[in-house]
Amino acid sequence: MVERDYFFALADDVTVQAKPGEIALLNFRGETSDFIRYSRTRIRQAGRVRQARLRLTLVSNQRQASAAVDLSGDQKADCSFMRSKIVELRAQHAMLPEDPYVHLASDLSDSERADSIQLPDANEATTCIADAFRDLDMTGIWACGENCAGFANTSGQRNWHAVGSFNFDCSIHSGTNSVKQSIAGQRLDLNALIGSAEDARKTLSLLSRSPRRLKPGRYRAYLAPDAMVEILGLLSWGGFGLRSYRTGRSPLMRLVDGDVQLDPRVSVFEDVASGFAPAFTAEGFIRPDRVPLVDNGCFANCLVDARSAREFDQSVNASVEAPLSLQMAPGALADEDVFAALDTGIYISNLWYLNFSDRNACRITGMTRFACLWVEDGVPRGPLEPMRFDDTLYGLLGERLLDFSKTRRLSLDPDTYEGRSFCSALLPGALVEGLNLAL
Amino acid sequence: MQHRFSTEAIEKSFQRLTQDMNHCVLRLVEKRRLVVCVRRDVPEPIVTDHVLGAMVTVVERGGAGYAASGDLSETGLSLALKEARERARIAAAFPLFDAARLPVPRAKTRMDSRPSGGMPTASECLELTREASRVLKDAAVNAGALGKIADWSATIDTAECHSLMLSSAGARIEQSYCYLSPGLSVVARDGSQSQQRSHGDGHIARRGGLEQLHAVGFADQGERIVEDALALLNAPECPTQTTDVLLMPGQMMLQIHESIGHPLELDRILGDERNYAGGSFVTPDMIGRYQYGAECLNVVFDPEIPNELASFAYDDDGMPTERHELIRDGILVGAIGSASSCLRAGILAATSARASGWNRPPIDRMGNINLVPGEHNLKALLSSIERGVMMDTNRSWSIDHLRNKFQFGCEIGWLIEEGERKGLIRNPGYRGVSANFWRNLDMVGDATTEAILGTLNCGKGEPNQLMQVGHAAPACAFRNVEVFGGG
Repeated sequence: MVERDYFFALADDVTVQAKPGEIALLNFRGETSDFIRYSRTRIRQAGRVRQARLRLTLVSNQRQASAAVDLSGDQKADCSFMRSKIVELRAQHAMLPEDPYVHLASDLSDSERADSIQLPDANEATTCIADAFRDLDMTGIWACGENCAGFANTSGQRNWHAVGSFNFDCSIHSGTNSVKQSIAGQRLDLNALIGSAEDARKTLSLLSRSPRRLKPGRYRAYLAPDAMVEILGLLSWGGFGLRSYRTGRSPLMRLVDGDVQLDPRVSVFEDVASGFAPAFTAEGFIRPDRVPLVDNGCFANCLVDARSAREFDQSVNASVEAPLSLQMAPGALADEDVFAALDTGIYISNLWYLNFSDRNACRITGMTRFACLWVEDGVPRGPLEPMRFDDTLYGLLGERLLDFSKTRRLSLDPDTYEGRSFCSALLPGALVEGLNLAL
Repeated sequence: MQHRFSTEAIEKSFQRLTQDMNHCVLRLVEKRRLVVCVRRDVPEPIVTDHVLGAMVTVVERGGAGYAASGDLSETGLSLALKEARERARIAAAFPLFDAARLPVPRAKTRMDSRPSGGMPTASECLELTREASRVLKDAAVNAGALGKIADWSATIDTAECHSLMLSSAGARIEQSYCYLSPGLSVVARDGSQSQQRSHGDGHIARRGGLEQLHAVGFADQGERIVEDALALLNAPECPTQTTDVLLMPGQMMLQIHESIGHPLELDRILGDERNYAGGSFVTPDMIGRYQYGAECLNVVFDPEIPNELASFAYDDDGMPTERHELIRDGILVGAIGSASSCLRAGILAATSARASGWNRPPIDRMGNINLVPGEHNLKALLSSIERGVMMDTNRSWSIDHLRNKFQFGCEIGWLIEEGERKGLIRNPGYRGVSANFWRNLDMVGDATTEAILGTLNCGKGEPNQLMQVGHAAPACAFRNVEVFGGG
């Protein structure tokens, strides 16, 4: 199936089925992905997935209902099935009251973004990975292929977004020690894989020293960009959305209310223009290029999807009320100065399994994971035993923030739950005066 | 369920296309899901979801490869088989194990546990959720506190699922079932203090249809959770101390899930999940001798409970499943895993390879992991605690990658004084280490304290998969637990 042409042909067929007064919205998601799963540098599972999903929403008389289906790729069969769905959705309308929050784009705004790129095939990838990691205990996944999304409606709006990429997300292990590595992009570079393996070897050598067991308490800490991805990822769970704020569920309630402020160096924004996610929403709105969320430590904007915009009388600026292309302003701390600036404390490369201890206080908990180090007098001394932290983000990014790193790391989300993720984050590391370890 | 495909045509195509293959499996999955939610008395758009596709797995030259597609035509299946064979050859070049040793499914059976009335209709669900939403609102109005209720909602998430497995060795395994996951949720807010209470909301999913809604309660629970949420706004914080704890089933399910279910999954024990969901503190040599918990701790893998969410006769590798003891009198005696992991580990474990859908390969997965009830009713459990804290309904969960250091938070708690439940406390949480915690299990509640619970959203695997798991648990009393409150 050539997804773009297939989707638009399907959209043409379905939209003409709409009766006067009916509006049909079609949202497409498709991917053809190779998944090679590794354990101990050998292949655990190897496969290819071709999937294409279409969500049809029918709106009439201020009522709406939607149906999602897996497409077969047989145009005649898929068109016939979608026509039957229109009949089902009309029947649902008959039982529904008016929906006060129906909100559809009124401006027609077509768009198209499609990368034309030759991605590495599975044979090439597995050979390169075997060459680079031959003598190491590597576990992880190679995911590669084209990921696409489309929108169409009865008004004739057409949007298409296709990104081809690979994401090799892995960790290298030696006994109880491990280090995380990830390489993502479009062109596979054997030297980059070899370099990644070499970095892992060096880190594992450092980790082979006696592990440091810390007592619970407050420690000076550097949170590397990958650790910040976890923290901002948790915060995105209701922290930036308008609906979660208005319904009392936001962990950033006190920030939005103006009761607290973060350090003035904290600026967070959703950067649609430089991200990898579609710029259009499921209702046909086009997201602004950039939405400031936290500006110089103060709340700036919530993310507002179409339904919330109608409910709370705001403008649409998001397709979902969580960041898809998150960015955070950098600081002044040079990479080469991180250990010296940390002096004595913990270097946290990665965090794991974060959750809220108390949303009202924006208090979060989670575990250190992978190559976290104990540092003394600016020198890494050895690995840290996994520790649980429990602390408020208002403190970590407030009075206890010392600096952000000058260099930010671009992280392409390796998540593949519903399909391969379009999300990304460009974040710095953070040096903090104290992080509370609880267990 | 009226299918979008011809089973007969697929079987004929499969037979034609796999004549020259020794080990090939087709797994077709069809699911019709319906989600109806009423929020603040306004119905959200009804969502119906029709999932349909198939995965073929081919074993050749010692490698296994899969390909998944929504195209169920002979042309589509042919392409999938070609791509699966190519992946099998790639895997064979760098194999983790000799896939030729894997058993080929051979069973011919049909299991249908759908309720006689089938899955509920959109109209039925809409009526029930609107009624439940009205109950929530009326409770707030009657309490004179509608202005403090920031949000309320009622949801029914239900599905009818069907799978068909065919193999080159002649297997034909059909399994059909329905599930239902109801949820009520209310958020009370006063200034910067918010408190949520829920009933279900993703944690009491069960096999079955509307009869399960009546079994677990729905609208009739509305008044209670509104009262709770409002009372929690002004309740004192849970104290910070080391004390005795009584955990109700709404929290026990997560405790069992995270610190027993996951550590006993063989793929974690073998190291396959070390990059994502994590490994396990359990090693194969611990089975049969490791003191996992107190003597009153007995845990089973039980896929035979009709209304529990993860009940099935054959797993997604086509292997038969049955009840299996995991912990007996506190001693670790079993593990959970796929046939391939059992071969690799040299362990006879509870057979359970499961896939979240047609587009994801089966991996080692817990199913129904149940803590066997003891002999004490709730009054006896409370009486055993001089001073302590009682907690219910999980709201926060976190555990390390080897499943040792955990921290949980609950929606609601009560102080226990002199063996009786006393005042409400808010933001109750506790933390500990799995081994110490389970060895401090002091008393296990009887069947009158037990609840059959389940969730649709257990995340694991690469590529990632969300899985249905069931947990039946009684109330349990633990000694010397570190508890804390909010702030």
